[in-house]
Amino acid sequence: MSILVDAATKVIVQGMTGSEGSFHTKKMIESGTRVVAGVTPGKGGQTHEGIPVFDSVSEAMAATGANASVIFVPAAFAADAALEAIDAGIPLLVTITEGIPVRDMVKVNQALVRSRTRMIGPNCPGIITPGRCKIGIMPAEIHQAGTVGVLSRSGTLTYEAVDQLSRVGLGQSTCIGIGGDPIIGSPFTSLLPEFEADPQTEAVVLIGEIGGTAEEEAAAWIRDNMSKPVISFIAGATAPPGRRMGHAGAIISGGKGTAAEKKQVLRGAGIHVADSPAEIGQMVLHALGR
Amino acid sequence: MNVHEYQAKEILARFGVKVPRGKIAENVDQVREAATEIGAPVMVKAQVHAGGRGKGGGIKFCKTIDEAVEQGERILGMTLVTPQTGPHGKVVRKVYVTEALDIAHEYYLSVLIDRARARMTVMASAEGGVEIEKVAAETPEKILRQDVNPAVGYLPFVGRKIGFGLGFSAAQVKAFTKMLGAMIRCFDECDASLVEINPLVTTPDGELYALDAKLNFDDNALFRHRDIAELRDLHEEDPLEVEASRYDLNYIKLDGTVGCMVNGAGLAMATMDIIDLAGARPANFLDVGGAANKESVTNAFRILLSDHDVRAVLVNIFGGIVRCDRVADGIIAAAREVKIEVPLVVRLQGTNAVQARKMLADSGLEVLVAEGLDEAAKKVVAAIEGGAA
Repeated sequence: MSILVDAATKVIVQGMTGSEGSFHTKKMIESGTRVVAGVTPGKGGQTHEGIPVFDSVSEAMAATGANASVIFVPAAFAADAALEAIDAGIPLLVTITEGIPVRDMVKVNQALVRSRTRMIGPNCPGIITPGRCKIGIMPAEIHQAGTVGVLSRSGTLTYEAVDQLSRVGLGQSTCIGIGGDPIIGSPFTSLLPEFEADPQTEAVVLIGEIGGTAEEEAAAWIRDNMSKPVISFIAGATAPPGRRMGHAGAIISGGKGTAAEKKQVLRGAGIHVADSPAEIGQMVLHALGR
Repeated sequence: MNVHEYQAKEILARFGVKVPRGKIAENVDQVREAATEIGAPVMVKAQVHAGGRGKGGGIKFCKTIDEAVEQGERILGMTLVTPQTGPHGKVVRKVYVTEALDIAHEYYLSVLIDRARARMTVMASAEGGVEIEKVAAETPEKILRQDVNPAVGYLPFVGRKIGFGLGFSAAQVKAFTKMLGAMIRCFDECDASLVEINPLVTTPDGELYALDAKLNFDDNALFRHRDIAELRDLHEEDPLEVEASRYDLNYIKLDGTVGCMVNGAGLAMATMDIIDLAGARPANFLDVGGAANKESVTNAFRILLSDHDVRAVLVNIFGGIVRCDRVADGIIAAAREVKIEVPLVVRLQGTNAVQARKMLADSGLEVLVAEGLDEAAKKVVAAIEGGAA
């Protein structure tokens, strides 16, 4: 078991014929992912890397039975691509693109509310169930199949945490980068229930950062609903207020969204919080009593 | 991206927000001209990207034109220090000369994004002219909030609800509803991330004016607003940050002594945090991005070493798509091009890390290599302490 994706997931790549799309399509296939179609408007009927290309998501879905799509489309056109996939009724949409305007994301979010689509991202590394399915850009080789679920607002910091887990002998059930933007498709609170319900997952690592209230909302949900141990790290304890720390969503504004505040709320909800990013792996081992 | 008060007001006025008459001046002659045209009394307001300008002596009420000229002369060229500028302050290059209104009451009004609910939201308070953060922390009940439903956009009831909530008269609510509608249209059409009027004032005859205004724009949307992008004032930004942005490097100067170079924003923040835990302070945030290569690494070294507070450098790369051997190549090339006179600790992990560590060891460079995150932070702090001894 795992959450959201497994060996049966059939994936469409929107923007597959671009350089990013091409590169990561190859990498995803190497990781065992069933990439069944590409979508590039105007290139329908061609094949790319041996995979059929369609003009639209709905055509690609109809022809291949795909149930997930990943977007590698430049920021200016990414919302349009996402809205197309939502309109086509794709069950899982992973938007990797960084730099999508917030106004566009407000619209995408509106479309998501009454749709059958769950969207991960944008501005994220994607989702991986090690050894079975990778939809995104993370290095598959640092992952191991196992029992720890990982949720994170970051990219490389997630790799760091996953690497620590693998080194202490803890594999991962599913790892999801939820994205570093202010508005995202799936906040922590929409994915935690999946891990709670997944029999394979024994513990969850939640990596947050400054800005917004996603960690506080997660803490409340965990306190009230979660039976499995949650281990957390919040990046940005040393970040100055009022500055955007790389991610569009990582900003302390009006004195709110600090790491100290988030850690306190998480600890109050019974979550194990690591002050040092180097302690994540060890802390999970400890929480699992190993 | 931020703009100056006078630019924010010009934009808001275009959408129909009522602002006091004003003129921008860059020298004393222009101050006299502006004050004469507007007619005394006037306000002379320093234009820098920071709040709290009044506290720092950057905003003055002037009864006569001569007084305005005098204040203009004093403020233009001054280094204005406010709670938001930091101790070094900001040099004032322009003043905004505006009509001085009689004020009956001050309010706070803003439009921003509610991240969790993914929509615009209006915040207002009858406690205007003060820091809204303070009001929010001490008396949250004095803040009114109302969502704007993204499916239908702004509707007059939103304005009525806030307007009556602020205690406006029926006639004022009518004007307020229009003003708020204009703010929301501005927010939407300009891809703003904040439209703030603080204070919004009423005059003794009941008129509503935006006495001060602040606009922030979504950097990711500037590609579709060339006119707004042109308002960027590089004087208001740290020169190193401007330089870094030319190379697509995400650099933020901080006040510590350990320069850091990291790939990815989250890992960059975590690296700053672990330096702090090890007992030193980070000199900067620097994300070299997903495409770290020889050129970007060289530029990154140049920028972070031009901060003279830097006494040691920590490079922390987690190679995923980025290959560590390429980064090592970049470090070796950069060390030849840019003179690195401070201790350098390099931690490379992930794709091709072993090969990369060997390249560094064989290069003849004086590099302290670390494997773990903790080890890297301890080594860089020890290097600084060793250097000081």
